Amino acid sequence: MTDGLATGLAVLATVLVVAPLVAIFVYLIYKGASSLSLAFFTQIPKPVGEEGGGMANAIAGSGILLGIGSLIGVPIGIGGGIFLAEFGRGGKLAHAVRFTADVLNGVPSIVMGIAVYSLIVVPQGHFSAFSGGVALGIMMIPTVTRTTEEMLLMVPHAVREAALALGVPNWRSVLSITVKTASPGIITGCMLAFARVAGETAPLIFTAFGNVTWSARLNEPIAALPLQIYIYATSPYDDWHRLAWAGALVLIVLIVLAVSLVRYVTSRGVLKGAS
Amino acid sequence: MGVGIEVTNLNAWYGTNHTLQDINLNIPANHATALIGPSGCGKSTFVRCLNRMHETNPIARVTGLVRIGELDIYTDAKPVEIRRRVGMVFQRPNPFPTMSIYDNVAAGLKLNGYTSRRALDEIVERSLKDSALWDEVKDDLKKKSGASLSGGQQQRLCIARALAVDPEVLLMDEPASALDPVSTSKIEDLIFQLKSQYTIVIVTHNMQQAARVAEKTGFFLNGRMVEFDSTHKIFTNPSDKRTEDYITGRFG
Repeated sequence: MTDGLATGLAVLATVLVVAPLVAIFVYLIYKGASSLSLAFFTQIPKPVGEEGGGMANAIAGSGILLGIGSLIGVPIGIGGGIFLAEFGRGGKLAHAVRFTADVLNGVPSIVMGIAVYSLIVVPQGHFSAFSGGVALGIMMIPTVTRTTEEMLLMVPHAVREAALALGVPNWRSVLSITVKTASPGIITGCMLAFARVAGETAPLIFTAFGNVTWSARLNEPIAALPLQIYIYATSPYDDWHRLAWAGALVLIVLIVLAVSLVRYVTSRGVLKGAS
Repeated sequence: MGVGIEVTNLNAWYGTNHTLQDINLNIPANHATALIGPSGCGKSTFVRCLNRMHETNPIARVTGLVRIGELDIYTDAKPVEIRRRVGMVFQRPNPFPTMSIYDNVAAGLKLNGYTSRRALDEIVERSLKDSALWDEVKDDLKKKSGASLSGGQQQRLCIARALAVDPEVLLMDEPASALDPVSTSKIEDLIFQLKSQYTIVIVTHNMQQAARVAEKTGFFLNGRMVEFDSTHKIFTNPSDKRTEDYITGRFG
């Protein structure tokens, strides 16, 4: 009886967890799929009043922004996590770094946008893809750092001892053994951070700014999917609303594809029975 | 070839806990020497002082002289150099879980910058043959993870990994205590074969095991070495009352 109750509650909880995701996805397909066409992926936005047009520049722009963000957030985040778990363990500096990362994680994304605006956009005198990428990168750091730290701490002490007992220097043992052993979890952390910032709009408003035409230059304003969705969704035109739905669907699908691709590529080298 | 180990006035601490007190002994080259004693008597700490693993714990401290062959290990060389000459096998098998069988054995060499593929192939094969694992794994060397093997196979893999860096001394800290009887007897056979090439120091809880594999046996109690003599003498006619009490099962 009680077993049945517990199982029932667990199933109910699972349904409640999965239901919103499924609901969102179904609703997006329902609203957005009909507006998807080849033009959506190949054309840039049309001026007001003209039907059609696409978000090709925004898709490319998001890719560039996330690329810059990952180049900044992943190495710094992983480096910080390695420091916390392996070199600074128990020290005052590690305590301060951990605290800072947690606070950074709690900073509202709009504040992050304003901070980067005053640090990069104002001195440079113009909005830019670079500043948008920096804002996204900084937002990735705390998630990557803390998951890296936690994954490294899960590597058994016996594995570290085995490496040291072979006469491997500590730094080499950390990089080649401990980090490698923890790498599946670390990659998951990076993907989590990536997926989170991929949909961020607020930090881009004051930095990447958006762009209705093609631009791949890092020192110019650049289009981004979330920005484009925001602008289209708040416009008064039905045609733009439909494109916003399509954009939201494409954004989610692209995130899922990117995460799956990284998982597939990084799991190919895993051996039979590896844990 | 193995070399002898000469220990003079060795003391070790964990924090304020004085875990080893004034240990003096000479471990002969190319023999197996067993260290026995109840839990917490300091025998594991002792072997960890022989390859400077003791000091990897930040609160640990050690004083005294340890000479391995001609080398005074606490003044003449860095810890990493000592550990390449003094291999270690731990109580629980600890293969690198994400590495293949081959990479586990080659790890010590690869991580120290050794790259010649042909030489590595030869060393891996020789080490796995020396640890009596070759026939069981030769078809899966690069396909299977070290963690996919059984417990006994994993421990022999760890022995192969230690042998691959060509040490002079092999320290074994209760290498069979987590294994079943069949795997245990394989490890013991292995110790028997390996001592022609290496000096072996084996910590064990199991007195029959000490009697089976070792020529010399030391008895540790409360951080001190009570008695060190030929295994035969320790088990048939010990000079110290405490040794006799321990081996006859009166305590411990």
